[in-house]
Amino acid sequence: MNMMSESAVEKALDQKMSDASHKMIGKDVSVYYGEKRALFDVNLNVRENTVTALIGPSGCGKSTFLRCLNRMNDTIENCRVTGKITLDTDDIYDQNIDVVELRARVGMVFQKPNPFPKTIYENISYGPRIHGLSKSKADMDQIVEASLQRAGLWTEVKDRLHESGTGLSGGQQQRLCIARAIAVSPEVILMDEPCSALDPIATAKVEELIHELRANYTIVIVTHSMQQAARVSQRTAMFHLGQLVEENDTDKMFTNPDDQRTQDYIMGRFG
Amino acid sequence: MNTSLILLILAIIGIAGYVAGARHAMALVGGVSSKLHSRPGYYGSFVAVWAIVPAVVILFVWLVASPIYISSSVRGAFPEDVKAQSQAEQGLSYGMITSIARGMNALTRDEIARVENNPIELRTALGAKGVPLAGDPKPYMVKAAADLNTMTFVSRMLMTIVVLAASVGGAFSAYRQIAPRFRARNRVEKVILGSLVVASSIAILTTVGIVASMLTEAAHFFAAIPAWEFFFGTVWDPRFAAAGSGGSEGQFGLIPLLLGTLYIGFVAMLFAVPIGLFSAIYMSEYASPKVRSVAKPLLEVLAGIPTIVYGFFALTTVGPFLRDLSSQLNGLVTGDYSNFIQAQSVLTAGFVMGIMLIPYVSSLSDDIITAVPRALRDGSLGLGATRSETIKKVVLPAALPGIVGALLMTASRAVGETMIVVLAAGVAARLQINPFEPMTTVTVKIVNQLTGDLEFTSPQTLVAFALGITLFAITLCLNIYALYIVRKYREQYE
Repeated sequence: MNMMSESAVEKALDQKMSDASHKMIGKDVSVYYGEKRALFDVNLNVRENTVTALIGPSGCGKSTFLRCLNRMNDTIENCRVTGKITLDTDDIYDQNIDVVELRARVGMVFQKPNPFPKTIYENISYGPRIHGLSKSKADMDQIVEASLQRAGLWTEVKDRLHESGTGLSGGQQQRLCIARAIAVSPEVILMDEPCSALDPIATAKVEELIHELRANYTIVIVTHSMQQAARVSQRTAMFHLGQLVEENDTDKMFTNPDDQRTQDYIMGRFG
Repeated sequence: MNTSLILLILAIIGIAGYVAGARHAMALVGGVSSKLHSRPGYYGSFVAVWAIVPAVVILFVWLVASPIYISSSVRGAFPEDVKAQSQAEQGLSYGMITSIARGMNALTRDEIARVENNPIELRTALGAKGVPLAGDPKPYMVKAAADLNTMTFVSRMLMTIVVLAASVGGAFSAYRQIAPRFRARNRVEKVILGSLVVASSIAILTTVGIVASMLTEAAHFFAAIPAWEFFFGTVWDPRFAAAGSGGSEGQFGLIPLLLGTLYIGFVAMLFAVPIGLFSAIYMSEYASPKVRSVAKPLLEVLAGIPTIVYGFFALTTVGPFLRDLSSQLNGLVTGDYSNFIQAQSVLTAGFVMGIMLIPYVSSLSDDIITAVPRALRDGSLGLGATRSETIKKVVLPAALPGIVGALLMTASRAVGETMIVVLAAGVAARLQINPFEPMTTVTVKIVNQLTGDLEFTSPQTLVAFALGITLFAITLCLNIYALYIVRKYREQYE
C-alpha cells in the first residue's frame, strides 16, 4: 500500500466500492416508539468499505435507522422494529442472533464523547476484555496500542495511558471512543453525529480519521453538516419525515440530486 | 388588650395598608400600571410590610422585656430580711407573689378589701377561685402582688398603644413614600430575602445552641470524672446514687457502649447493604417502569414505619423466633435443647435494624445509579457488553463514590438508632464479641441515665451529655465525610 500514491489508494478503494457487495441490507425497516411511527419502510443498503452518510433535518429518522443497525434501539422502552436487516447474510433481528455478538461486529460511536470514568488504557481494553480477545497482558498492550494508533491518538496519549480518559479534551475523547470501538475489531462502525460536540480543528482530525478507517471498516455516519457528508462519504442517503428520500453517490447527490426535496435541503431551503 | 387581639388588629391594618397602597399607586399613574416601576401589588406589600413588621418586632421585644423589668422591680421592693435570703428562696417568694397577683385578678374589689389584711383568709379565698398557694402569704406579698398587677396593667396599656401607633405610623409613612418611580419591588424583595436569612439562621443557631448546651453539661461531667476514664474505661457501671449518699462513685467506661454501638451497627449494615444495593440495582437497571412505580413506593413505606414498631417486632417476633430456632438447631446437633441465641441479642437488634435501613440504602443508591449518564451505558452496550457487564464494570464503578457516601449516611443512622436496640438488644453494657448475647449502645444508655427521678448535678446524669456529644461527633464525622464523597462524585459529571 505504501508504494501506491494517495490517489491510487483512493482509486483502488473506489474500484473496490463500486463492485463491493452490500455489507448490510435494510428491507422495509419501520420503527415505532409506542404508538408513534418514526420510520416508514426504509430500504437502504450499506456497501462494504464505504462511508455512507445519512443526512436530513432533525427528527427525520436518520439516527433511528442508524441505531437499528446494531439494535441499540432495544435499550429504549416501547421501541418496536419491523422489516428485515441483514449483516452479510445474517438477519440481525432473528431470534438466534445474540445481540451482544452483533454489537461486537457493528460498533458504535456516539454524538457526545462518552469515555468511561476509567483510565485511557482501561477504556480501550474494556471491549477486548469482555469479549476475551486477548490472551495475555502483552497481547492487550498490543491491542491498545494498535487501536490508539489507528485512531491517531497514540502519540498524544502514549505517556499517560494510565490517567483518566475523562481528562482528555473533547476531540481527544471522541477519538478515544473511536479507538475503543476499533479495539473489538468490528466490521461496521456506526457514528451518530460524532463531531457535533467538537470544535473545527478536532472535527477535521476526526474526519481525517474516518477517511483512513474506510480502508478496513464499513462506516455509517449520521451528520447535520452537508460539508461533512460531502467531505467524508462516498454514498449519501437523505431522510425526511421518517422516509428515505434518496440514496446516491455523494458526488451526484450534492451536484445533481434526483429528488427535489434533496435539492431543497442541500440548498438550505428547509430543515 | 391581649396579644392575639393586637396581632389581629395588626393583620387588619396590614391588609388595609396593602389595598390602600396598591390603589394609591394605581391612582398616581391614572390606572396605567405600566408607568409604575413595580407591579401595584408590590406597593401594597410595601405598605403592609411597614405596617406589620416593625410593630410585631416591638411587640415581641416588649413581651420578652417587660416581665423581666417588672420582676426585677418587684424583687427590688422586697423587705430587707427577704432580700437577705438565698436566690432560690427569693425565687419561691416571687413565684407566690405572681400566684397571688393572678388570683387577685379573679377576686372582686370587695373581696380583696376583706382579705387584704388577713393572709390566711386570702389563701382560702384564692383556693376557692382555683389558685392554690404553696404556703400562707406574708403581708408584704399582698402589696407586692398589687404592685405587680398595676405594673402589668400599665405595661399592657403602653404596649398596646405603642404597637398600634408603630403600625399605623409605619403604614402611613410607607404610604407617603409611594411614587410612580419608587422601587417598591426591590424593597419588598429585600424584606423577603431578610426573612429567608432569618429562617435559615434560626436553624443554624438552634444547632449551635444544642451543641453548646451539650458541651457545657459535658464539661461539668468531665470536671467530676477524668476524660480518660470516660473515653478509655472498659467498665460501664454508673451505680445509681441514692440522693445524698456520697461516696458511691460509678465507673463510666465508654468502650463497652461504643463497641456495642459499632457492633450492632455493623451487623445491621451486613443485612442492609447487600439487600438494599441489590434491590437498588434491580430497580434502576432491570425493573420495567410499571414494576418500579409500584415497588419503589412500597419499599419506601418501610422507611415510614416508626422505629418503635420495629422494636416490638424484634421483641415479640424476631427475638423469640431466633431463640427457639437456636434451641432446635442445638437439639438436632447435640441433643441438648438449650438455646444459644438469647432473645435479646446483637443479632436480633442488628437484623431488625438492617431491615429498617434497607429502604435508605436502596433509595439513595437507586438515585445515584440512575444519575449515571445514559451515554456511559450506551457506550458500553454499543461495544457489545451485556447488561450485567455494563452494570458491573461501568455503572457501579462510576456510581461507587456516591454509593459509599450513601452507605456512610446510612451508617450514621444506624449509630443513632435507639428504640430498636432498647427492645431488641437489651440494656446490659457488656464487653464481649458473641453476636448471640445481649449488648447495648450509647443511645440506650443516654435514655437510661435520663429517665426516672434525677438530680441534674450528679455524674450519673451528666454522663448522658458526654455520651451525647460523643455520638454527635461520630455521626457528624460520618455525615461530613459522606457529603464530601458525594460532592466529589457529582463534580465528575457536571
